[in-house]
Amino acid sequence: MIVFRDAVVRYPGAEVDTVHGVSLVAATAQLTAVVGPNGSGKSTLVRALIGRVPLASGAILLDDAPVTQLSGDERARRIAVVSQREDLAFPTLVSEYVALGRFPHLGVWRAAGPEDQRAIEGATAAAGVGRLDDRRIDTLSGGEWQRVRLARALAQSAEALVLDEPTAFLDVAHEMAVFELLHRVARSGQAVLLVSHQLNLVARFADHLVLLHRGRVAAAGSPDEVMRAEILEPVYEWPLVVTRDPAVGAPALVPLRGRTGAGRSNEQ
Amino acid sequence: MRAGRWVFLVAALVAVSLVAIAVGTISIPISGLWDAVRGGGDPLAATVVRTLRLPRVVAAILVGAGLGVSGAALQGTLRNPLAEPYLLGVSGGAAVGAVVATALGLGVVLLPIAAFVGALVAVAAAFIVARAAGGRGDPRVLLMAGVVVGAFANAAIMVLLANAEPNVVRNALWWMMGSVGDATWPQIGVLAVYIVVAGGALVLFGREIDVLALGADAAAGLGVDVDRAIRRVFLVASLVAAATVSAAGLVGFVGLVVPHIVRATGVRRHRPLFVGSALTGATLVVLADLLARILRPPAELPLGAVTALIGVPFFLSKLRQLT
Repeated sequence: MIVFRDAVVRYPGAEVDTVHGVSLVAATAQLTAVVGPNGSGKSTLVRALIGRVPLASGAILLDDAPVTQLSGDERARRIAVVSQREDLAFPTLVSEYVALGRFPHLGVWRAAGPEDQRAIEGATAAAGVGRLDDRRIDTLSGGEWQRVRLARALAQSAEALVLDEPTAFLDVAHEMAVFELLHRVARSGQAVLLVSHQLNLVARFADHLVLLHRGRVAAAGSPDEVMRAEILEPVYEWPLVVTRDPAVGAPALVPLRGRTGAGRSNEQ
Repeated sequence: MRAGRWVFLVAALVAVSLVAIAVGTISIPISGLWDAVRGGGDPLAATVVRTLRLPRVVAAILVGAGLGVSGAALQGTLRNPLAEPYLLGVSGGAAVGAVVATALGLGVVLLPIAAFVGALVAVAAAFIVARAAGGRGDPRVLLMAGVVVGAFANAAIMVLLANAEPNVVRNALWWMMGSVGDATWPQIGVLAVYIVVAGGALVLFGREIDVLALGADAAAGLGVDVDRAIRRVFLVASLVAAATVSAAGLVGFVGLVVPHIVRATGVRRHRPLFVGSALTGATLVVLADLLARILRPPAELPLGAVTALIGVPFFLSKLRQLT
């Protein structure tokens, strides 16, 4: 279970906080989604979690212990993170890339053993990327690459999985495949914390939704509780209606036309 | 196939080394090499081999191995296919340190340390220049900064040598263009210790450099303290480069070319890449030194000139891939 408690983040050199006291819980065996407009602080939370930006105050806890007090290796053994951007300077094979998920367990001294092999095979199978093993990363499609990154994170055998927009640039089928996979991962007992712009998919798959707005939690709860026009409209600053998707009855957001050229003013 | 690659790399190094020992103003038949190395057979051949050619070839092997590993480590850590100690200004800074140390009369053991200090100053300066130029994500900016720092280091050496004896100046200039011609066994022994220990440390870090090559956020997600890890690799790679500079002066482009050759054979992870780069770098420098001796007889070309003739066209082809 990952807990953000009154987390405040200010980037070094910035004059204002990017995140102003966010509290949220990513519970075990649940899919928790963080949504919100661009610049609302979603990715900053992920970067604070992996120590790329320091917390000004507040805490990030993993089962009641501050994440910042864990060593990097230990944190990575317990929380796997798929960051937003990642481009390889020198292309490797998919199998070699997925094996890097074992780095937090091996460090620079230990040799890989059967346990590592099992974790890699399990992750490869779960992400459905086994047939890609001998491909080079730079020959993969966007959808394949995202699933390979997921496989690498699953190979970490962590108790929590954190993802920053894992379905960016993916088509409908690949997007669905990733969400189905995350759903299965959560059901298998991991805490899954997902940053996403895909409100309608999140509404169908997430157990818990946290809506961020300008670095604060604007709403949190079940998809039914958060996906309401009167909550979403002021946050996204765009006219919209929330309806029910005809297939499964989950809340679905439909942005309306009519505000031509009226862009939002708080883009970062 | 995989084993074949290593057999080939080792065989190439052995073959080039044997030719380099045999060929020269006094040619020695391959069949007589072993006798000459042990000091038997033809006494003239034995003297030439034991006092001139063998130390030269061993020094070239160590220098090439060090430059290859150092270049591969810098490329992986900076995620920059153009990175190498010479172009980053590391070697130039090391040369300033070595010249100062020589002027102060420091011995052969401490010389690499002085070169290392100079290299670190140059690295810091290159990063400051790159930051001033903006464009942190562009691999070409840091290269430009390195070239600027290298030019400054050259100028600093000229100032330091201004009042030196003419023959000291001549020796210094020759050394700055790279040479393993004056290698002595004590020097080679010191170089070997530095290259083996620091190069070995880089091989150990190889797995961490695999992770660093994914980018800062991904590496942090895998538990690596990114800034500290980059600093550590930089320190050790600079030490390796400084050791080669204090023994052989400025030998450019080896660290650039070699890792790309090894990658082209299908090596991707950094541990095998370092081992392959050491072997290939050694082969390349032995070959370049051989060419330096035989291309324009009876004159001898500077080693750094030969490696630059090989390296610059290669650099251009890599630069084109980036744009």
